[in-house]
Amino acid sequence: MQYIVLIYGSEKGWGSMSRPDVEQMYAEYKKYSEELAKAGVMRGGSELKPTSTATTVRVRGGKRQVTDGPFAETKEQLGGFYLIEVANLEAALDWAAKCPSARDGSIEVRPLASGAPV
Amino acid sequence: MLTRAIDELVRREGPQVLAGLIRWSGDFDLAEEAFQVACAQALEAWPRRGLPRRPGAWLTTVARRRAVDLMWRRRPDVPLEPGLLEALAADESESDSAPEVEDDRLRLLFTVCHPALAPAAQIGLALRTLCGLTTAEIARAYLEPEPTTAQRLVRAKRKIAEARIPYEVPAADRLAERLEGVLSTIYLVFNEGFSATEGEFWIRADLCAEAIRLGRLVVELLPGEAEAEGLLALMLLHDARRAARTAIDGTVVPLEEQDRTVWDRALIDEGTRVLDVAVARGRPGPYQMQAAIAALHARAVRPEETDWQQIVALYGALLRTTPGPIVELNAAAAVAMAHGPEAGLAWMERLERSGALAGYHLLPAAQADLLRRLGRSDEARAAYERALALVRHPAERRFLERRRGELG
Repeated sequence: MQYIVLIYGSEKGWGSMSRPDVEQMYAEYKKYSEELAKAGVMRGGSELKPTSTATTVRVRGGKRQVTDGPFAETKEQLGGFYLIEVANLEAALDWAAKCPSARDGSIEVRPLASGAPV
Repeated sequence: MLTRAIDELVRREGPQVLAGLIRWSGDFDLAEEAFQVACAQALEAWPRRGLPRRPGAWLTTVARRRAVDLMWRRRPDVPLEPGLLEALAADESESDSAPEVEDDRLRLLFTVCHPALAPAAQIGLALRTLCGLTTAEIARAYLEPEPTTAQRLVRAKRKIAEARIPYEVPAADRLAERLEGVLSTIYLVFNEGFSATEGEFWIRADLCAEAIRLGRLVVELLPGEAEAEGLLALMLLHDARRAARTAIDGTVVPLEEQDRTVWDRALIDEGTRVLDVAVARGRPGPYQMQAAIAALHARAVRPEETDWQQIVALYGALLRTTPGPIVELNAAAAVAMAHGPEAGLAWMERLERSGALAGYHLLPAAQADLLRRLGRSDEARAAYERALALVRHPAERRFLERRRGELG
């Protein structure tokens, strides 16, 4: 079963981190990614650029509406994701809990709809 | 009479049968549907043909046949799993091998109380599958329209299937954390029964009974868990006071005015016994501490014999393990009984200033009670007014109004 692991956190907090803290965080994410790969559950993932770079598109009545910013303003922002393949939700939650940002942000875990193209 | 006996039998055997069916089929919905059919057939066949030798095995066989039938109808294109028909034929001899059957109910308990499900959904599924309540009965218990309850159950079952919540007892390293969740779900059911927030009756004996049934199940299935025993003891000791907690007109009767002769001695004895076993395990926890407080109240033949010093000490321990404003309020009330109303009032005023209990009627109600004891009638009246502005349940409202009236 494939799950997407969505990493939410405060962009403001990320932006104001000191250089050593940023390096520390990247080191932790590198280690986490390696663990996922080593366990054979990693199917993909990436950090995302901040929501200030986001653009939202809607097509209404055949007309394209393009607006600046993310789909919704929220307290915590989507900062990255992993795609993992594990036996069940319990295993997915175990991996999500190990994500470095679980300690100060929120990790949303959702199953991929079965039959979806990979 | 016979129908009632069969009803009771189905209710007793049901959770095991259903839990086994879910494991066997891997499909919550299918198992439930097949189980319903088997129960309906039992109610029809047993009065005519007599009880089968092993009712549980009978229900399992009928339900499995029905399940295979349903599988075929739903997905005629998918071939049946090899060996399924053989398993179906062979089930009767193996289906009541005790250890596996017990595992199934435990699996079911941890699955329906998975933290990935909303508390209300956990409660609904537990009452439905492990207590055998119908959707209509759950809706009535929680005073909501039946479609609301049904919808919630459908969504929860869909999440179990689609997010693939595993049907298993958690691994040893996660068991304590998950058991905590299971116990708190059971306690939520009990609390709503013990002092309902809405509805005609302040006490919902049916919900208390179901919570105790679930509490017994956990103690039976996970022997040696001190906190599970603590919760069962707590519920039994509270439930023992049920008959004395409301007057004939439904008004709340406070602890010190309750007729202690109508407290249920058998329940108190059982609760005390269960608590002693738990405490002897040497792994204290919040449920055991609360049960110990309830046991001290139960032990006092008259209110003035209550060991308030010991109760204050227990609240101190409780505050260290599970700090929170409601525990503090109860602790402050105990301090008032042990060391005088002023000491309790000072603590309650600090609580009021912190704002942590804003909107909670029992804080001004407790303050009013202490002010009343001190003879500070005007302040007591003002506090009763504040409590009356917040209280929701009519049974509690009537009590507060009575007290306000007595101030003269």
